[in-house]
Amino acid sequence: MIDKSRASLGQAVADIADGSSVMIGGFGTAGMPDALIDALIDRGVGNLTIISNNAGNGELGVAALIKAGRIRKIICSFPRQADSHHFDARFRSGEIELELVPQGNLAARIQAAGAGLGAIFTPTGYGTMLAQGKETRRIDERDYVLELPIKADFALIKAFKADRWGNLVYRKTARNFGPIMAMAAKTTIAQVEQIVPLGSIDPETVVTPGIFVQRVVATGAASERSELGAER
Amino acid sequence: MMRLDHDAMARRVAQDIPEGAYVNLGIGLPTKVADHLPVDREVILQSENGLLGMGPAPARGEEDWDLINAGKQAVTLMAGGSFFHHADSFAMMRGGHIDICVLGAFQVSVHGDLANWHTGAPGAIPAVGGAMDLALGAKRTFVMMELLTRDGRSKLVERCDYPLTGLGCVSRVYTDYGVFDVSRNGLAVVEMIEGLTLDRLQELTGLVLKP
Repeated sequence: MIDKSRASLGQAVADIADGSSVMIGGFGTAGMPDALIDALIDRGVGNLTIISNNAGNGELGVAALIKAGRIRKIICSFPRQADSHHFDARFRSGEIELELVPQGNLAARIQAAGAGLGAIFTPTGYGTMLAQGKETRRIDERDYVLELPIKADFALIKAFKADRWGNLVYRKTARNFGPIMAMAAKTTIAQVEQIVPLGSIDPETVVTPGIFVQRVVATGAASERSELGAER
Repeated sequence: MMRLDHDAMARRVAQDIPEGAYVNLGIGLPTKVADHLPVDREVILQSENGLLGMGPAPARGEEDWDLINAGKQAVTLMAGGSFFHHADSFAMMRGGHIDICVLGAFQVSVHGDLANWHTGAPGAIPAVGGAMDLALGAKRTFVMMELLTRDGRSKLVERCDYPLTGLGCVSRVYTDYGVFDVSRNGLAVVEMIEGLTLDRLQELTGLVLKP
């Protein structure tokens, strides 16, 4: 019997090693897999490369991972925010390397990795400092920049519901990077509010088919959602 | 001569957004445009974090922090609204499906080049977010900004000296002094506030403007 559910958060992240590349879902705190990140911090591994839209908000999630000193490099689109003080300090001290990627290119490069493409030509960034030194091509009178796929050893994402096959349903704008990160990582681990019996998710509403998900772990908690909001 | 305040600028931008348009309003000044869209006009707002049909802010205490906009503020969803992932969201943008995008700016050049993401100041931590995708993806990119910096320098320039967001991507610029169109042969003045002359506007911007 296929059962991708894990009994604990610790078990779900037990093979993330020093130096791993890890995608972390979320836009701000919506969709951020905070419980999985806490479990990763507890594991004690470091020297990680993190791919995520932001570089942490306040004290939670990616911010906590940065504070704990576990990150070597961040690939993201929007690191600097009013509450990104942990990132700001480690970036200024040179402890964390930053690869800044326009948000749409970040999504497209992650999607390209998941779809098995060798590269993409994107118009975004053409003629700007973020495309310096990159190959360009003019196609149908428009200029494009060659960008490479972004893949990862692991993806940590947050969804609303899962079944034991790993099918996922998300909640509102917490979906954001979840579906594409799930496709781009060798091992995708989803934190969900509940794991429901196989067959109880309407197949027409499955957003991420289970083939892209290797582990799911339930954290309960509609109440956590409001606590997370209250932290802002 | 009375410069337009931010609400008057937002009202002016809103006038140019037609019924049925799919629109993305950038963070900052452009978000005000939503408050000035006529209630009888159906306009669909996109937020690039993954929703179409964005509604106004919820009442205090009614926030759902899984339902936020690109500025990470709690919002609501209109009837008919939908959610989607980031790759689809930026396909809407990059693929030219969004009719109008309204953005703030540090500088816009006479050729429609836009600088709005990074001052380039030493020590500044860069953050680009969706700025570059938004700037060049929509069918029309509107910029909404005050014409002059605090120390009186024009933000409409011959050539941007801040790091660029996109080349030749701006179609129209709304300012507190007037509205400008980017055309093949430079900037054209669409309208000016009462009491302002073309000569004075050219003096303020240091540019040759077409009437």
